[in-house]
Amino acid sequence: MDASNYLYVSALLFTIGAVGVVVRRNAIVVFMCIELMLNAANLSFVTFSRINGDLNGQVMAFFTMVVAACEVVVGLAIIVTIYRSRRSASVDDASLLKR
Amino acid sequence: MSTSNSLVYLIALPLAGAALLLLGRRRTDKWGHLLATALSASSFGVGLYQLSLMLGRSDEARPISQKLFEWIHVGNFNVDAGLLLDQLSICFVLLITGVGTLIHIYSISYMSHDHDRRRFFAYLNLFIAAMLLLVLGNSYLNLYVGWEGVGLASYLLIGFWNQKPAYATASKKAFVMNRVGDMGLSFAIMIAFATMGTVSFSGVAEQAHHTSEAALTGMGIMLLVAAAGKSAQFPLQAWLGDAMAGPTPVSALIHAATMVTAGVYLITRSNFVFDAAPTAQLLVVIVGAITLMFGALIGTAKDDIKKALAASTMSQIGYMILAAGLGPVGYAFAIMHLLTHGFFKAGMFLGAGSVMHGMNDEVNMRKYGALRKFMPITFATFGLGYLAILGVPPFAGFYSKDMIIETAFNAGGVKGIILGSVTLLGAGITAFYMTRVMILTFTGTKRWDDEAHPHESPWLMWLPMAILAIGSVASGFLLSRGDALVNWLHPLFAHHGEHEELLKPIVVSGLALTMVAIGVAIAFAKYSRQEVAHVAPENVSVFTKIARQDLMQDRFNEAVFMRPGQALTATLVATDEAVIDGAVRGVGTIALGSGSALRGLQNGFVRSYAALILIGAVALVAAIWVVVQ
Amino acid sequence: MLQLALQVGQTAKPEAVMFWILGPLAVVASLAMLLVKKAVHSAILMAFVMIILAIFYIAQDAAFLGIVQVVVYTGAVMMLFLFILMLVGVDSADSLTETIRGLRPIAITAAIGFGGLMLSLLGHATLGRNAAGLAQANADGNVQGLAKLLFSTYVWPFEVVSALLITAALGAMVLAHSHNTIVRPTQRQLSINRFRGDSLGTAAGLPGPGVYARHNAVDVPALLPDGTPALTSVNATLSARGDMLDYKKFDLSQINTKVEEEK
Repeated sequence: MDASNYLYVSALLFTIGAVGVVVRRNAIVVFMCIELMLNAANLSFVTFSRINGDLNGQVMAFFTMVVAACEVVVGLAIIVTIYRSRRSASVDDASLLKR
Repeated sequence: MSTSNSLVYLIALPLAGAALLLLGRRRTDKWGHLLATALSASSFGVGLYQLSLMLGRSDEARPISQKLFEWIHVGNFNVDAGLLLDQLSICFVLLITGVGTLIHIYSISYMSHDHDRRRFFAYLNLFIAAMLLLVLGNSYLNLYVGWEGVGLASYLLIGFWNQKPAYATASKKAFVMNRVGDMGLSFAIMIAFATMGTVSFSGVAEQAHHTSEAALTGMGIMLLVAAAGKSAQFPLQAWLGDAMAGPTPVSALIHAATMVTAGVYLITRSNFVFDAAPTAQLLVVIVGAITLMFGALIGTAKDDIKKALAASTMSQIGYMILAAGLGPVGYAFAIMHLLTHGFFKAGMFLGAGSVMHGMNDEVNMRKYGALRKFMPITFATFGLGYLAILGVPPFAGFYSKDMIIETAFNAGGVKGIILGSVTLLGAGITAFYMTRVMILTFTGTKRWDDEAHPHESPWLMWLPMAILAIGSVASGFLLSRGDALVNWLHPLFAHHGEHEELLKPIVVSGLALTMVAIGVAIAFAKYSRQEVAHVAPENVSVFTKIARQDLMQDRFNEAVFMRPGQALTATLVATDEAVIDGAVRGVGTIALGSGSALRGLQNGFVRSYAALILIGAVALVAAIWVVVQ
Repeated sequence: MLQLALQVGQTAKPEAVMFWILGPLAVVASLAMLLVKKAVHSAILMAFVMIILAIFYIAQDAAFLGIVQVVVYTGAVMMLFLFILMLVGVDSADSLTETIRGLRPIAITAAIGFGGLMLSLLGHATLGRNAAGLAQANADGNVQGLAKLLFSTYVWPFEVVSALLITAALGAMVLAHSHNTIVRPTQRQLSINRFRGDSLGTAAGLPGPGVYARHNAVDVPALLPDGTPALTSVNATLSARGDMLDYKKFDLSQINTKVEEEK
């Protein structure tokens, strides 16, 4: 099987994630979409690793996972903090940074 | 040159008085005027002490100096704040402090009803200090400080009653016209620095021989402009008449005896510049001659006693400037006339003040008349000053003015004849208008209103007048006895060869006295024989009308300087508004417009920012796609 | 497209079968994740996508990453997501109507453009045709191969990432730690408030949920004596989640008419 098929899936998943970030308003869902984009990138890394025949791509994917985990932890903490003060998890409600 | 460390007290004493009175505010109201008078008198005492020391030294050792502190020290350009007391300065020091003290005493009484008397005395002391700094400074830069100081004091004192808008305007006018002259002085200093690298009197005197005549001529003309501004000489004469808005003691001290003679001092002090620049010297003579006639003509038409005296002052200073412009032979006579004029004109101004004091501050001479009986002392002192200014022997003016006329005739050639004639004619006109003042004020029938109750002034006022009257009588004789002043000042000025005499002194005196007699006679015929109108008659000759308007000096200034100046500033303002402000505003408007256009993007919604990032990513991928294809 | 179809026919190996089943499933699941209304459902769908990705990793000779993917994502991260969802409130289902004018068309157009360009670029690339394979690299085992790289070439990034993890953990603790900004009312204060309130309606405590002869449930509002439903009688979380039953079915007036008709 042609390994680049995985790349097509990766591209599609990434695009869907990007649309989700823009379209959804619930901060938690937005976060999930970001995770989706990161994972799509990971899939590309793993596929390239296979295509190139060395493990550097997998190491990259490993680092990406760690960083994504950190990002989730901090991001969710921020969401909780915002929710505590504003009673809302909608990203549109936190729009003080305007005009 | 020997040094001294007591010169600074001459200035420090009145300066301390001014500071105390101004900073002490109302607390010093009760005794401030006494303190100011005492400090002025003590400064006079220091001056007398210095004179006695100076008399004990030989000619060469007479000048003494004092270095106060290092003022400017840049590269090889050094200016020390230093004082110089020589034979010329001491004359001025004694005149300033002496006449100044007398006027302080006079003012105690004259200003006794003014609730701001303390402030008045503070300004008087400030003036004395600044004027002393002017004549004691050892460089043009030090002189400049005093020069500006007296300008400030003059401004403050002219506008002392600035609750009257006209008086405030008069002080502003004097200040602005003085600025023109001050510009001249600063230019002169710059020329001196640029061409000679020094601004001290001694330095410039040494360098003058090695400097180009063009530079010296430029500097001389600039010094002349400065002198014209301060001494109310043509063409910067217009402020002096309005300066009479100030209290009369101020007119006597500043605008008759001392400050307005600063121009004469400046030219005399800069003799080394003018001696080396004949063109500038000629201009000095011309300015002096024009002003001499100008002031005399204005004086003939004025009904305001103070303005008539102011016009006379202008004319007399014209004599001094003319004499100073005649070169080494004239300097001493300029100074001598300056000193005698200081006595008799200050005395006459104080007399005018005394008249006003008794006449409810009325200044119109047509409302005086027959005051001789009510104010005998004022009449006597004023009369002595009158005889002195006319040049009747043996009064002071006879010695000083005749010397100038004689020197003018002896200038040689056509120049000498013209100058001599002008000075002679001036003497005649002076006699006419001064006689007119005397007749209108003191003789004839009474023309005052019923409210006026003329009375003699208190002794505090007539005592200074009496002392000045003694000076008017005796100073000329004393100063010219055995050429005392000429010999005293001789070491300061370049030596000059003997001029051949065009006219013998006795002939000049005879001519002058004849002119004076004619002037007096005309005045008697016009004002003593006929009834004097209460209001100035309207159906007079064009000449009189022009003279009443100060020979159109204000209209001239307005038409030649003010209107074009206003037009220029209006144009500049419009240009500034349209071009410069327009450009700046345009940039602002563009930034503002683009800002508010872009503001729509900054809506605060994270998702729209994310959409922008997505669009950016699309553009990036599209770029790669284009490259790959 | 023709090429693609031919390949599908040619590569009918086990991996290809797996890919052609799971690949579309992953895409559909992620699309559904976008479109469903409730965040909880999105989370479940995302976990599904993550598991498919883990299978893809394993299929591509990345066994270690596959296992890590399951443990980290479907385990830790998904638990965290669900935990936060519960904490924030299950009422956080948001309507899918767009509030920012013109954002959705722009996003969809941009996404189609992005996806199309990416696919087009990948289609032009020839890198996947003859994949090198990881048989050689994984000769000593996948984990051993990764470990060699991690502890030699990438040891410095590895350490840095560990520092990042600790920092993130600390940061999350600091952020999540809350100070009480309002003083919690005491029992006594609560009691006073209940009786001093606007009405005495709540003085006796909130009404219990509806208990009827024909229905006994906590998700139905009780009816007040005048026949109106007491919405406060249902637990706030249930009503926020939309799990409250329609009370109209139990409206006294409707029941009455029915009874009369039966008579």
